[in-house]
Amino acid sequence: MPVLETANGAEWRLRNQREALTRWAAWLVGVVIFLWCWARISDATTWFFVWDAPRIAGDILDRATPPRWSYMDNLWLPIWDTLNIATLGTIGALILAVPVAFLAARNTTPSALFVRPIALLIIVSTRSINSLIWALLLIAIIGPGVFAGIIAIAIRSIGFCAKLLYEAIEEIDQTQVEAITATGASRWQVMVYGIVPQIMPAFAGISVFRWDINIRESTVLGLVGAGGIGLQLQASLNTLAWPQVSLILLVILAAVVLSEWVSAKVRGAII
Amino acid sequence: MSAAAPALGDMLGTRWRRPPMIQRVWLRYALLVGLAAYLVAAIASVEVDWGRVYQGLDRGAAFVMAFAQPDFVSRADAIWAGMVESIVITVASSVVGILISIPIALGAARNIAPVPVYMICRGIIAVSRALQEIIVAILLVAIFGFGPLAGFLTLSFATIGFLSKLLAEDIESMDRSQAEAVRATGARWSQWIDYGVKPQVIPRLIGLSMYRIDINFRESAILGLVGAGGIGATLNTAFDRYEYDTAAAILIIIIGIVMALEYLSGVIRARVQ
Repeated sequence: MPVLETANGAEWRLRNQREALTRWAAWLVGVVIFLWCWARISDATTWFFVWDAPRIAGDILDRATPPRWSYMDNLWLPIWDTLNIATLGTIGALILAVPVAFLAARNTTPSALFVRPIALLIIVSTRSINSLIWALLLIAIIGPGVFAGIIAIAIRSIGFCAKLLYEAIEEIDQTQVEAITATGASRWQVMVYGIVPQIMPAFAGISVFRWDINIRESTVLGLVGAGGIGLQLQASLNTLAWPQVSLILLVILAAVVLSEWVSAKVRGAII
Repeated sequence: MSAAAPALGDMLGTRWRRPPMIQRVWLRYALLVGLAAYLVAAIASVEVDWGRVYQGLDRGAAFVMAFAQPDFVSRADAIWAGMVESIVITVASSVVGILISIPIALGAARNIAPVPVYMICRGIIAVSRALQEIIVAILLVAIFGFGPLAGFLTLSFATIGFLSKLLAEDIESMDRSQAEAVRATGARWSQWIDYGVKPQVIPRLIGLSMYRIDINFRESAILGLVGAGGIGATLNTAFDRYEYDTAAAILIIIIGIVMALEYLSGVIRARVQ
């Protein structure tokens, strides 16, 4: 136990001197890095606008209230599109994620040396790129619209679903698989009767969880032109129609809260 | 085994069938019919311009080819500046977000905070979690003007909701006896937090912080789309000019950094836990 000898006798310390010094140096480096970052942000900022911000915020708030409720009539179709983007995107992602998950799980992959790294690369690369970027890319390729949004959501969700699913596959009870194998079942039969029933609850939970996240993401995909309610948001922002913006934000907020509630209920029922 | 299970004698000689996942027959068919009806309605309402998709296949192929030979060089300046800005935003917003979320997490833990403080802190968390990064970024750009400050504020705000909620849950599930033992020595409130609570939650805090830094970097890549600074603006420009080789280079850098961060956070989490 580190003790500091003082004139009044030994005093207990949490750390000895060397540990304390190392920690102090690490904190110093951290603070310096942070200050450097802050200086760069500060340099790139027009501070006049920032000092003016409270007035502008008040001004925007003033223009945005009350929301223009009559605009709601134009929003039902985009809401339906948003729901479709999220749902069809999730279904597409699940169809693609299941084989990837089986290829990535250590106990089901055909080759840990060649196939597994490829599956893991698919998982990491689809996960690390935001759905908005996927949408930008797909719009350049297949044109703007709901279809690009569905594909963007589907690609983006592969990594998430496949990662959680392959972790579930790796955690299955091996004795059940052995029991099926002992009956002389083929590889596919082992999969259908030994593995799939064990991961079914996880699969259902992951689908609903991802669907909830996808509702959130699909509300903003329209900002880059991929359909849904984001298109209306972008149009209203461009024309500075703040009462419409505030109505759309309220709708998005309601959609997010509602989808979270649905997903929590369904997951509660499954697990 | 349900009461309606047939006797063993009846089952002999018949073929075994897997039990269905949903036991109630009407619910199973209602769900199936509902799903089918929804799918038909949804797919019918999605307009796909197959001619446009067909035309785009060339560009898609061009993009896939671009990944084979990404162009890091011709826009190196813009990529470098954007990347540095993204990293700067990530670091600054993570630090500030984590620092702010620690007191909020303490306030949002039911076993530490009194009810009024608890309600306020939970309210802050709920607001921060309900608003998406990109929407917050749009509003902050409108208020503070273009530039990395809006991105920094957006990510700090988003970090608070994420980190406070998970940290508060960890504090709520901590071991009470350790904290009580420290309190029994006559420790002040600050000492109680420092020696009774902190050691129990610090591994989780470090793990969550690493995870959040990872998320913040990914998010900082898209903030540029709405003018909040970072690599997103460069990427958007590259797409607009159909410079797929530059876009591919940027995406490869993003994937590389995210992989490195994930690996690093894995190592750090394994060490502290």
